[in-house]
Amino acid sequence: MTVREQTTASADALMRQSQSGAEAHSLNVALARKMRRRGEESRFWWLVPTIYIIFLMLPIYWLINMSFKTNQEILGAFSLWPQNPTLRNYTVIFTDPSWYKGYINSIIYVVMNTVISVTVALPAAYAFSRYRFLGDKHLFFWLLTNRMAPPAVFALPFFQLYSAFGLIDTHIAVALAHCLFNVPLAVWILEGFMSGVPKEIDETAYIDGYSFPRFFVKIFTPLIASGIGVAAFFCFMFSWVELLIARTLTTTDAKPIAAIMTRTVSASGLDWGVLAAAGVLTIIPGALVIWFVRNYIAKGFALGRV
Amino acid sequence: MDKTWNNKAWFMVLPVLLLVAFSALIPLMTVVNYSVQDTFGNNEFFWAGTAWYEEVLESDRFWNSMGRNLLFSAIILGIEIPLGIFIALNMPRKGWGVPVCLVLMALPLLIPWNVVGTIWQVFGRIDIGLLGYTLSALGLDYNYVSDPFDAWVTVIVMDVWHWTSLVVLLCYAGLVSIPDAYYQAAKIDGASRWAIFRYIQLPKMNRVLLIAVLLRFMDSFMIYTEPFVVTGGGPGNTTTFLSIDLVKLAIGEFNLGEAAAMSIVYFLIVLLLSWVFYTVMTSHDAER
Repeated sequence: MTVREQTTASADALMRQSQSGAEAHSLNVALARKMRRRGEESRFWWLVPTIYIIFLMLPIYWLINMSFKTNQEILGAFSLWPQNPTLRNYTVIFTDPSWYKGYINSIIYVVMNTVISVTVALPAAYAFSRYRFLGDKHLFFWLLTNRMAPPAVFALPFFQLYSAFGLIDTHIAVALAHCLFNVPLAVWILEGFMSGVPKEIDETAYIDGYSFPRFFVKIFTPLIASGIGVAAFFCFMFSWVELLIARTLTTTDAKPIAAIMTRTVSASGLDWGVLAAAGVLTIIPGALVIWFVRNYIAKGFALGRV
Repeated sequence: MDKTWNNKAWFMVLPVLLLVAFSALIPLMTVVNYSVQDTFGNNEFFWAGTAWYEEVLESDRFWNSMGRNLLFSAIILGIEIPLGIFIALNMPRKGWGVPVCLVLMALPLLIPWNVVGTIWQVFGRIDIGLLGYTLSALGLDYNYVSDPFDAWVTVIVMDVWHWTSLVVLLCYAGLVSIPDAYYQAAKIDGASRWAIFRYIQLPKMNRVLLIAVLLRFMDSFMIYTEPFVVTGGGPGNTTTFLSIDLVKLAIGEFNLGEAAAMSIVYFLIVLLLSWVFYTVMTSHDAER
């Protein structure tokens, strides 16, 4: 017997035992104690995550540090923290509509995209998780291929397509364009969560006289609420960070903040402080969203089924 | 789960189908259109057959960008996947450390890509950036603007910084789903740390690792914004990856036919390689 077979066999035996009695319980307690003693041997486990997090935070800290400095200080003296902290850079952004409107534009199209993606993905994911139909596997793979399409390939044709419909420089254009990669992702995630819900629940509800729409809204949606949250999180994330397509489809009225950063900065001769402040402000919405979904992150990244 | 055969399910898929067809099929057809036609301007097009494809496939420029991009993808997969697994294995499983680790690690994933570029562009500068300044103070000749090797290092470290967390979070999600009984059984059998990893944790992470490799491969193969902001594809062409080259060709030089043909070849290669990864990893899974 190989180690692996042995281990799996004893794991099964243990699971059977733990269902069957107190004897197993005392064994578990003894084991847990033993494991705890073992665990104490490696008390430096925290070093790895700590070093990694420091590596992640350093560049972000540097950006925050710069955003509180004046340009003279940034270019003049090298210092690890601001010597004369100033809020000037943030004042510039919050008093100039061409700056703060960028944030509003970004948030509008990201929210629109999230709502559209999740809404159309819900029935489709239900169909994929519950039924077999003509061409279902091919359709699913075709949907996923769109996640693989390089945005650079689509930038120019998107511009022509949305020009033809007169949608250039509107929020809906960007929201629809981002559906290209967000809808397949949402279908994929939701399908995983829905497959985890037993089919008997559907059947019982139909016997109880629920119509399909009523069942879907009243019973099924609450059951996969965490899945919807996770799908919305991913849609928000990928729409928020994308720039190439968003920049191509907008000129002034719907321009995302990320694009305004590149343009304004090159026009005003590199205002490092304002650039850093604008960068810090783009991190905040993401940080807020992560904070709200922190308890679902681990589960969500498993995409509902491991 | 056994599924019922029901072709009416098509009606539920229809909204998705229409939406994705609108934003994928129509643009893709435009690209195909351009790739087989030539123009003298003023909107007159004529049939060019496979001329553009031949030009792309015979040009050194395309194969050079392709080579650079493959090398880049190989390097970042080689760093991020093992590093991500290693960090996930050392993450806390319970207590206050879990949400703190998860939130801080997920942070780089939610920064807009050009801001990621900006952060590293500033961070690496020898006059005002912490990294560049420290390296020069240590006496290293580091300058990502003029030295191709330094530019590559900067772009790779940036990608590791940006995306390793995705691998960490995926692996972590796989690890926490392993029932305790498996570890207890391993203790009884006196399995070593390595045996636990090799025979329990790795097989259980198989599926999330597949997702991680696929996502990281696809995204690194399409990378555009971050290296463009940091190096602009330079110095020279040394960090010009496929997407950067494509945008240069289409918008910079307005060479629509060649750009369209290149798009199609590019897309097909991404599809093919993703399919190969997928098949290899799932068949490996089925064997065991």
